[in-house]
Amino acid sequence: MIPAALKYVEADSATAAIAALSEYGDEAKLLAGGHSLIPLMRFRLAVPAVLVDISRLDGLSDITDAGDHIAVGALAKHAEVESSSLLQSEAPLLAHVASKVGDPSVRHRGTLGGSLAHGDPASDLPAAVLALGGSIVVQGPDGERVIDAAEFFTGFLETAISETEIITEVRIPKSGSAGWSFQKFNRRAQDWAIVGVAAVLGASPKVSLINMGLTPLRAGAVESALAGGGSAAEAASVAAEGTSAPSDLNGDAEYRDHLARVLVERALDEASS
Amino acid sequence: MDQLTHRGIFVQIDMTVNGRACSADVEDRTLLVHYLRDHLELTGTNVGCDTSSCGACTVHIGGQSVKSCTVLAAQVRGADVTTIEGMATDGELHPMQEAFRQCHGLQCGYCTPGMVMAATSLLSENANPTEAEVREGLEGNLCRCTGYQNIVKSVLSVGGQS
Amino acid sequence: MTIMGTPRLRKEDPKLLTGEGKFIDDIHAHGELWMGMVRSPHAHAKIQSIDTTEAAAAPGVHSVYTGAELQEMGLWVAPLPCAWPVTEDMVNPPHYPVAADEVRHVGDLVAVVLCDSRYGAVDAAELVEVDYEPLPVVASIDAAVTDAVMANTDISSNKAYSWALEPDPEAVDAAFAAADHTVVGEFVQQRLIPAAMEPRGVLAIPAPFGGDITFYTSTQVPHIMKVMLAATTGIAENKIRVIAPAVGGGFGAKLNVNPDEILAVTLANKIGLPVRWTETRSEAAFSTHQGRGQNQKIEIAADANGKILGIRVHLDADMGAYMMLLTPGVPLLGSFLYTGVYDVPAFGFTCDGYFTNMTPTDAYRGAGRPEASYAIERAMDLLALEVGVGPDEIRRRNFLAGGEAFENLETASTLVFDSGNYGPNLEKALKLADYASLKAEQQRRREAGESKQLGIGMCTYVEICGLAPSRALAGLNYGAGGWEHAMIRFLPTGTVEVVSGSTPHGQGHETSWSMIVADKLGVDPDDVHVLHSDTAHSPLGLDTYGSRSLAVGGTAIAMACDKVVDKARLIAAHQLEANPDDLEFDGGMFRVKGTPTAEIPIQGIAYEAFTAHNLPDGMEPNLQEQVTFDPENFVFPFGTHIAVVEVDEDTGGVTLVGYTAVDDCGPQVNPMIVQGQMHGGIVQGVAQALWEEASYDEAGNCKNPSFLDYLVPSPMEVPNMVLDSTVTPSTSNPLGVKGAGEAGTIGSAAAVINAVCDALSPYGVTDISMPATPQKVWRILRDAKGGEA
Repeated sequence: MIPAALKYVEADSATAAIAALSEYGDEAKLLAGGHSLIPLMRFRLAVPAVLVDISRLDGLSDITDAGDHIAVGALAKHAEVESSSLLQSEAPLLAHVASKVGDPSVRHRGTLGGSLAHGDPASDLPAAVLALGGSIVVQGPDGERVIDAAEFFTGFLETAISETEIITEVRIPKSGSAGWSFQKFNRRAQDWAIVGVAAVLGASPKVSLINMGLTPLRAGAVESALAGGGSAAEAASVAAEGTSAPSDLNGDAEYRDHLARVLVERALDEASS
Repeated sequence: MDQLTHRGIFVQIDMTVNGRACSADVEDRTLLVHYLRDHLELTGTNVGCDTSSCGACTVHIGGQSVKSCTVLAAQVRGADVTTIEGMATDGELHPMQEAFRQCHGLQCGYCTPGMVMAATSLLSENANPTEAEVREGLEGNLCRCTGYQNIVKSVLSVGGQS
Repeated sequence: MTIMGTPRLRKEDPKLLTGEGKFIDDIHAHGELWMGMVRSPHAHAKIQSIDTTEAAAAPGVHSVYTGAELQEMGLWVAPLPCAWPVTEDMVNPPHYPVAADEVRHVGDLVAVVLCDSRYGAVDAAELVEVDYEPLPVVASIDAAVTDAVMANTDISSNKAYSWALEPDPEAVDAAFAAADHTVVGEFVQQRLIPAAMEPRGVLAIPAPFGGDITFYTSTQVPHIMKVMLAATTGIAENKIRVIAPAVGGGFGAKLNVNPDEILAVTLANKIGLPVRWTETRSEAAFSTHQGRGQNQKIEIAADANGKILGIRVHLDADMGAYMMLLTPGVPLLGSFLYTGVYDVPAFGFTCDGYFTNMTPTDAYRGAGRPEASYAIERAMDLLALEVGVGPDEIRRRNFLAGGEAFENLETASTLVFDSGNYGPNLEKALKLADYASLKAEQQRRREAGESKQLGIGMCTYVEICGLAPSRALAGLNYGAGGWEHAMIRFLPTGTVEVVSGSTPHGQGHETSWSMIVADKLGVDPDDVHVLHSDTAHSPLGLDTYGSRSLAVGGTAIAMACDKVVDKARLIAAHQLEANPDDLEFDGGMFRVKGTPTAEIPIQGIAYEAFTAHNLPDGMEPNLQEQVTFDPENFVFPFGTHIAVVEVDEDTGGVTLVGYTAVDDCGPQVNPMIVQGQMHGGIVQGVAQALWEEASYDEAGNCKNPSFLDYLVPSPMEVPNMVLDSTVTPSTSNPLGVKGAGEAGTIGSAAAVINAVCDALSPYGVTDISMPATPQKVWRILRDAKGGEA
């Protein structure tokens, strides 16, 4: 299929992008790598009258050491995140998860900011940012604000970003020597996870779940169990608590609940080994 | 940065394709693959799906594999694009093309341009992949004829670990 | 014979590797108009009204036509063709390219827009407004059988036909009455989307003043298309030229005469402008037929030793909404194979075909035979369990001819199998796969209680291909013959043109045909050029499907070569002033026996034949001969496939970790190509077993039309396969060759599911439906373990 007719606008800076979003209102969509948006447009599930392209602007794709965290530019491509030696050493989960998104050609175009902004509960990278306790820097007409990843995903394909804001940076706390694991279960390698789990066993262990609800989410019950001294098996047994897994051709909610328990246990075992 | 020039409902898209400067006026919504196929008449790049799944449309942008069905032509104005038509030089097949021929890595040939472009991109990032790495590197490219065995063999014969 | 039998690189490849090969969407005509298809979102509904005003006013739109308008325009003289009315009383309500009053599946065409651009046609089609009155929907075979709802308001039962192959029903009853063991297998052949990588497309170019029309279409069957176009459109057949350009895979899905094809030709002819269309991937689930769609019941009666006494089979087959070209006949192609490679004294087969409100079904790689092979090979494993012997042993006890070599053996299904030698084939495969070690490793894992269990499954298949003896097809009420045509001509300067009625779409015919000709005529394969897939170049042909090209078309080429040599011999004798019987022909050279210096190359004879200056009295000039070969029997390839799977008991995930296949397709012209066919065929069967299914909801919507959800496997899902072969020449043709295009698919699905069931057997699991998804495996295991996750 083919996208509906649209007006293409290019923004050469974050400020210009925000101005364009303000000008066109809800008719406009921000276009970065396009690997979430363009597929929707091809089926006309998204029909933006105006596309504000930020994929060509300079300066929002650097990955830098900012002391206690790594600052990842919103336009950093999955392939750049995957191959960043800084991330590989300071937040290896993120680099690893980036290497499991889609396929190599998708990773050459898709961006971290775009993946977060899309807010798909089935996506890998939001789970990684959640498990790493990251935060998202957004910029709008009224300036900049920093949103904790745990507060960022507000509903199905909805986030805390307003219509006139753009993501400029993702802050990933250094995870140091904390054990980590990423478990992704699917039927075909290139597909979204049926269920996935990201875990980082830092001072306060964080575990997140993919495709277990309307948003990318933290496994609250698992984290509580771990905080209370529970074993991996005990914590994994409550993996599905507080979630609302979807049912689709790949699996119903009961099966996903089961997978969540299996994969959380595997993740905790791997992260602590 | 390349200026955005609209003429009526059309936008002028310039880019370098296979080393040659190319230009066409197209609708804003034009996908790169249709820009290449319908406007530049470079029909070697194929369309096999509508969900960024199959990789038949894979081209290189700045040497990296990209699914040209999931990029607007306008987004890559001024870019250096290579399509399958740009791979053979001086009448000689590119080593990857030759490997596909030698190893019977193609049958109907429809996925083949995308496979060759994905495979060469893979080797530019990992010159000596294992068999598993080749399979992972081509996970976004679907073939219905070969069962992949001879495609993997082709790629390994160019740059792989034995 | 020096070239045939050796691997040889393909002639086709350089064009395809460089983008030089032209597929349908690569070809354009000046002034072309794109068809924008308006399709029904309902599986079954009455069309109340259609408003085309807005679409007609959209940019670039030439015209808009509703089904009713097209009907009034008189563009067609007959409905879409069904060439295989399997019974005299088969119900087949007329099916026209665009529905005028009632839609019968999601995607049924209701109107068409003609627009000057690819994008504009899609936009304009969206502007056509249609009011529907939804009707009750038949969205499964089970629903169709009850007749509670009709899939078509013009019929009084969803059952379109009942067909039976029951040579001796009393013998079957007697076999079951005398049995010590009986097993029953009930299997579902899920619907599959063929998913050739190239979507279908059409381009019809009229010549308004010349009166002829050139039709490019992504098809396996340009010759059949031409006949059918004439019959349905009323355009004189001698004004129609059909060209299949480079075709990006077919697998049966391009073996049809589709609404879009009739539409393009008739609209182009009507308006005098080129008309085109290319389907999109997700549209293909509605615009191109699907495969399989059968509910199978197979019963085996056996004696105390597991020796089969009789087999009884019943199918309920899903036709979909309409009878397409071969729809009703697909189950029949499998009917003869439900006895497999086994000595079965008594056999009975019945099949009922039902209309449903889903995309029509038709041929898909194997067409009827993968279904048959699956049923008998799954049932043999059930019999092995019942009798208490291994799957290999139950097969040995039942092989035709005791597993020894045979020729021309009549079977209980009434067919005469050309040749077979099943025992050695099985033993070779078991050895190659190291079956004993695999079973030992399986046992070790079981005893260790590992979470990843191993399963080993086998399938000893036989298939029927090389379609076909025309008289045999007549017996099945098939609408055409099964011959193939070939012409060989030497050009004056010594190169050779081969004209073939076969229509390749990835199989490498140009290479294989050149090899046959090179051996037969003693010329360089590079000096042979093959003309095909264009009815102007190759006027006679019956095209490529049913693994028929080599056995029928290749044989025709070899026979035409023999005729060329026969004629050349007469010319050579005349030139050398020798008796034709005293000439030997070797390596392209005629020599007088015993007089080595008296020789003349066949190319020289070709030139003599061209100048015609000095030919024997009464001989026609030129060196060109043709043959139409109609075989006396089908061919029956066979083989043993062994699949090894790992089942993760925690997730239910199944991973194919090993695959061994020993196939026997007789002598191989180009072993490289045969192996490629096997690789791809095997993965297509594995895909049915593990990943693929066109899923429909109760409203008749296909829920997974795109590649996001329809899981065509990627390189990550399949392992390297280990292939070998045995060689048992066919008695059905002088080359002794069989077919290889579908065998892989016919052997693999059963092998994989047998392996999955083998892995789960400690828990008493004996069956799992296809595709064996992780969720299904997990749930079956959980239930088998008594409900514990």
